[in-house]
Amino acid sequence: MAAEKTVEKMALAKALNESLRKALETDPKTLIMGEDVGKLGGVFRVTDGLQKDFGEGRVIDTPLAESGIVGTAIGLALRGYRPIVEIQFDGFVFPAYDQIVTQLAKMHARSLGKVKMPIVIRIPYGGGIGAVEHHSESPEALFAHVAGLKCVSPSNPSDAYWMMQQAIQSDDPVIFFEPKRRYWDKGEVDTDAIPLPLHQARTVREGSDITLVAYGPMVKVCVEAAAAAAEEGKSVEVVDIRSMSPIDFDAIQASVEKTGRLVVVHEAPVFYGSGAEIAARITERCFYHLEAPVLRVGGFHAPYPPARLEEEYLPGLDRVLDAVDRALAY
Amino acid sequence: MTVESTAPRKPRRTSGSSGTKRATAKKTAAKTAETSAQPELVQLLTPEGQRVEHPDYSIDLTPDELRGLYRDMVLTRRFDAEATSLQRQGELGLWASLLGQEAAQIGSGRATREDDYVFPTYREHGVAWCRGVDPANLLGMFRGVNHGGWDPNSNNFHLYTIVIGSQTLHATGYAMGVAKDGADSAVIAYFGDGASSQGDVAEAFTFSAVYNAPVVFFCQNNQWAISEPTERQTRVPLYQRAQGFGFPGVRVDGNDVLACLAVTKDALERARRGEGPTLVEAFTYRMGAHTTSDDPTKYRADEEREAWEAKDPILRLRTYLEAEGAADEAFFTDLDAESEALGKRVREAVRSMPDPDLMAIFENVYADGSALVDEERAQFAAYQASFAEEAK
Repeated sequence: MAAEKTVEKMALAKALNESLRKALETDPKTLIMGEDVGKLGGVFRVTDGLQKDFGEGRVIDTPLAESGIVGTAIGLALRGYRPIVEIQFDGFVFPAYDQIVTQLAKMHARSLGKVKMPIVIRIPYGGGIGAVEHHSESPEALFAHVAGLKCVSPSNPSDAYWMMQQAIQSDDPVIFFEPKRRYWDKGEVDTDAIPLPLHQARTVREGSDITLVAYGPMVKVCVEAAAAAAEEGKSVEVVDIRSMSPIDFDAIQASVEKTGRLVVVHEAPVFYGSGAEIAARITERCFYHLEAPVLRVGGFHAPYPPARLEEEYLPGLDRVLDAVDRALAY
Repeated sequence: MTVESTAPRKPRRTSGSSGTKRATAKKTAAKTAETSAQPELVQLLTPEGQRVEHPDYSIDLTPDELRGLYRDMVLTRRFDAEATSLQRQGELGLWASLLGQEAAQIGSGRATREDDYVFPTYREHGVAWCRGVDPANLLGMFRGVNHGGWDPNSNNFHLYTIVIGSQTLHATGYAMGVAKDGADSAVIAYFGDGASSQGDVAEAFTFSAVYNAPVVFFCQNNQWAISEPTERQTRVPLYQRAQGFGFPGVRVDGNDVLACLAVTKDALERARRGEGPTLVEAFTYRMGAHTTSDDPTKYRADEEREAWEAKDPILRLRTYLEAEGAADEAFFTDLDAESEALGKRVREAVRSMPDPDLMAIFENVYADGSALVDEERAQFAAYQASFAEEAK
C-alpha cells in the first residue's frame, strides 16, 4: 500500500486551518468560537471553510463581547467541551482578561483538580502589518505572569500545525499567540511527523559565539541576523523557545553554557517582558559561564506607535546585530 | 425610602421573542386586571401567612412537602447562624450570611432537578443545602483551608464564585452545552442586585438570548450591594432588564418560598422546553451585614430592617403550617432538636478541619503539570527541609 503524502508546503495561516480542521474531525467535543469565525472564516481566514464543513454548531459566530466569549467557553468546558476561542486581535483581549485571569486560570486549582479547563485562546499578535491602534500588540507577558495559563507561539507553519494540535489536546488553558505578520509565510508541514513536546525549545541555528533567544515573529529576524553575522565571522546560535510559559530554561542554559553570551529578542516592551525573566533565570543558572550581561532587544515603554513608524520601532536585523555586537564587546 | 416605592406599576412579566410571546402577553393583560396591590410581584403566601392565588403561577404541595420547605429554611438559617458565631470566635476568617434570603434560596433550589446545574455566588448556602452539599464543606473556604471544598460535579453545584457576576457567563456556556447535547436539563445562575451592573451579566443575557440557552438567571435583589442600595445599580426594576434582551423577566416575592418555588420551576420548565432564558428577580432583603467584616449601621437605617422583619420568610410559612394544621407541635420540637444537632455538627466539623499541607500550594496549578511549578516546588521543599536540618 502506497504511503499517503503527508508533507505539504503551506502558509502558517493555512497550517493552523488544517490543524483546526483535524481537531474538529477527530474530536466531536472541540468547538471553535469567536467573532467572524464562521462564514467569513475569521479576519485572517484562519477558520476559512470550517463552518461550511462542520456546521454552525461547531464553528460558532459569537456576539462581539470578548468576556462573553471566554466566559461561555469556560461554561462549555465545564460541560465537557473543548472550546478553541479566537480573539480577533491582540488589543481586544482585555475585556476577557478578567475571565481569563480570575476564572479560567484558577479553576483547576480552586477545584482541587476536579475541574479541567481544556480551552485554547487564539490571539493573532504583534505588529508589522501596518494596522491601526490596538491591532499590533504583544501582550504575552501579561498572560505568562499568571499561574494556571500556558502561553505558546509558533514561528513557522510546521510548529503552527503541531503546536495547535498539542494545545487543543492539553487539559490546561493555553493562550496561543499567532504571529500575524507570519500568517502568509510558507513552510513545509508534515502531518505525520512526531512533534516536539509543546513546551520544548528548538535550536534553529547552531552557533558558538552567542545565543539569540526568540519566539513567534522574531525567530525569522534572529535567523536572518545570524546569517548576516556569519558573514562577519560571528557564529550565532538561535533558539526558538516556542513557549513563553513555561519556558524551556534547560535548553537556553545548555546553549549559553556553550556560547557564554545571550540576547533575548521579542516585540513586546522589554520592561517586565519575558526577556527580563529569561535574563534573571539564566544569570542565576549560568553565572560563571556568562562573558557578558544578558541583553534584551524589544519594544519600548511607550504605546505601540502609529503604523508609519513601526518599521523602525520593531526590532529588526540591525537592532539585533547591534545587541550582538555589544554583547560580544564585553 | 421604602422598597415598594422603587417598584413602578408595570406588567409583571415582559415577554420575549420566543414562541410563547403571544400567550404570555395575553396572560399578562389578564393578570394586570386581576391584581391590584403590587401587580409586578408574584406572591403565593403573604407576609401574614395567608395563602393567595396567582393567575400565572400555582402550586399544590402536600403537607409533607410544605414541612420539607420549612425544615430546609430553618436548618439553613441555623447553620448560617452557626457560621457567623464561628467567625466571631475566630474559627472562620469571614462569613457571608444569607439571613433573610432563605425563601429565595430554598424555593429556587428545590425547584431544580438533579440533572440541572447550579452556578452560585458566595452566599448560596441555602441552594447548596438543596443540592446536597455538606454545610461544613461550604465553610472550608471561609476558614481559609481551601478555595472550594466540594466536587462541583458531584452535586451539579459549581464552586462559589467571588468575582461578581462572572458565573452568569459560565452558566450560559454550560447551558449552551446542554442544548448541544440535546439534554433537557436546565441551568440556573445566581447573582445579586450589585452584579446586575456587571458587564458579564449583560453579556450573559446577550449570549443566552441569541443562542436560546436553557438558563434561568436568578437575581436575589437583597436591596444592598455592601453599602450601595439598588437605586445605585438601576433606574428600572431589575426584572425589566430582560425585555431589552428579548426574554421574559419576572419579579417574585423573595421571602415567599412557595412563590419562589413556583416561579423558578416555571422558568426551568420553560428552559427545558427550549424556550430560552428567563430572568427571575427575587425581591428580598439582606437582614445581616454583607459579610462579618461589614458594618451596616454606617449606611442603612434600622427602620428598614425592622420593616423587613415583618416579612420574614420562615415565620410566614410557620403561620401557614399551623393554620392549616399541616404541622403539629412535635414537628417543631423535633426540628429544633435537629437544628441544634446540625449546628453542633457543623461546629465540630469546622473546628477539626486541618490546615492544608503547605506543599499543596503547588498542587493542581496545571492539569498536565509544569516544569516551572515542579522547579519551584522542589526549591521551596528544600528550603523548608533546611529548617528541619538545623533543628537536628
